[in-house]
Amino acid sequence: MNRTVRVCGGILLVLAAVAIAGPWLSPHGYADTNFDRLLLAPTFADQHFFGTDDLGRDLFVRTMLGIRVTLLVAIVASFVSLVIGVAWGAVAGFVGGRVDAMMMRLVDTLYALPFIFFVILLMVAFERNFLLIFIAIGAVNWLDMARIVRGQTLSLREREFVAAARLLGVSTPRIVLRHIAPNLIGIVIVYVTLTIPQAILVESFLSFLGLGIQEPETSLGSLVDAGVNQMEAASWMLLIPAILLALILLCFNFLGDGVRDFFDARQSR
Amino acid sequence: MLRYTLLRIAGAIPTLLIVIALAFLMVHAAPGGPFDDERVLPADVEANIAKAYHLDEPLPQQFVRYLGKLLQGDLGPSYRYRDYTVAELIGAAFPLSLKLGAMAMGLALVLGVAAGTAAALNRNTALDRVVMAFAMTGISIPVFVIAPLLVLLLAVKLQWLPAGWSGTSGATRYLLPVVTLALPQIAYIARLTRASMIDVLGQDFIRTARAQGLGGATVIRLHALKPAMLPVLSYLGPAVAAILTGSVVVEEIFGIPGLGQFFVRGALNRDYTLVLGIVVFYATLVVAFNLVVDVLYGVIDPRVRYR
Repeated sequence: MNRTVRVCGGILLVLAAVAIAGPWLSPHGYADTNFDRLLLAPTFADQHFFGTDDLGRDLFVRTMLGIRVTLLVAIVASFVSLVIGVAWGAVAGFVGGRVDAMMMRLVDTLYALPFIFFVILLMVAFERNFLLIFIAIGAVNWLDMARIVRGQTLSLREREFVAAARLLGVSTPRIVLRHIAPNLIGIVIVYVTLTIPQAILVESFLSFLGLGIQEPETSLGSLVDAGVNQMEAASWMLLIPAILLALILLCFNFLGDGVRDFFDARQSR
Repeated sequence: MLRYTLLRIAGAIPTLLIVIALAFLMVHAAPGGPFDDERVLPADVEANIAKAYHLDEPLPQQFVRYLGKLLQGDLGPSYRYRDYTVAELIGAAFPLSLKLGAMAMGLALVLGVAAGTAAALNRNTALDRVVMAFAMTGISIPVFVIAPLLVLLLAVKLQWLPAGWSGTSGATRYLLPVVTLALPQIAYIARLTRASMIDVLGQDFIRTARAQGLGGATVIRLHALKPAMLPVLSYLGPAVAAILTGSVVVEEIFGIPGLGQFFVRGALNRDYTLVLGIVVFYATLVVAFNLVVDVLYGVIDPRVRYR
């Protein structure tokens, strides 16, 4: 693993640790309003490290809460897209033939669509809740995974050890689980790391538009949105969450690239 | 060529149907109806409303009715904007979005291809690294982070450009929205162009052209640019989708009264028909654009046509 990967991984770990411990150590609650302290600039006095917002809520605690949501969405949505993508790709690749052609045709079709609009449609149709947002985001990000897994399965299916298993009378589900799946792990890890920033992007996009996480809960996207409305009076309200979100996205992207290079190098050896 | 084009059009129709069905189902699978309010209506009034909007029919019948009306360009009435149909709202708001989107796309193509080509020709130099670092940043950081930061710097702090849309006129008010809309696409296209240009420059026919004594610029212009543009061409479909997505954010930030803003307002107000109509409209637009790109691909690259 090269230096960029280590630096990015370190930054993300530190951010995660602070986001988990920070609100717990701070004397302020994320929803506590204080009308004597509106739009306070960042200060060490009274532990308002990131200042306060237009309702006097402590922004340090809220920002940490936002990072928690961002990281949580990264985990949950990536897991959902992993399950759907791997299942879809493995079935298409292993069954092959007409089923494969139809399944991949659907993936191609969905690929071309502005998917975020369908997520918004879901948000409009159903009550907005945490879980639905996370699942919806995962459900739109599985296409890459399905393609990659299908390609890999297709080539694994023709390998000798699969033919040997089949000759020995091993059942198809067992072949997929015991012989195909373990060989997919490397490539799946790479694509999960690349899916994470996409999931974060969708969640913060929705929250920015006010269609995602609802007040008084918050996410980095909603914080940027609040910052936009106050940027002339309180630029820190915009700058802090915007820079943190950019940093997290950049780090995950570099991490994904690094992990891919690592596995590529190993495969070509 | 005609056969190829017809095949592509035939292929796009089921795609479109799936998309419309998906959007339609999502809205109708939701619990509750558009008229559920705090105020409870008498049962017979509710039944009459359901009847007037054909909500009492079975779902497949409603879908066929929707499709039939769709073919006539009728997307139904808006639930929230009284006295307007969805089609009227789209017709009123879309031209401005189209203008901004087209400008952003043009800017992205010109700058992206130029930057990518320059990086490919100066591989592993400082210029290459700067372009690639910019591209990584542009791809990673979303429009809704870049746009407010640019507004804060250029409009609020330095006051070079107007921050909003209303109250200003002239060309300067287009500058920030178009640039922020184009930035991620510039980054993406630059990366694509660089990779494919490097690939093409390593091919035999380029070496042959050079061996025949053609100068560097001429080889690029006459021989390398066209094959190197193929991946960029196939990216144009996703680029349109990305610009539509970006326009929602940009219109929200700058207060531009385009279709994206209607979409967000509609979503926040739970204006079912408006949101459904705009999603169907956007999806149709993207599918149509992909079709055009596919056909263009066939025109430029004969290998695709005969496969």
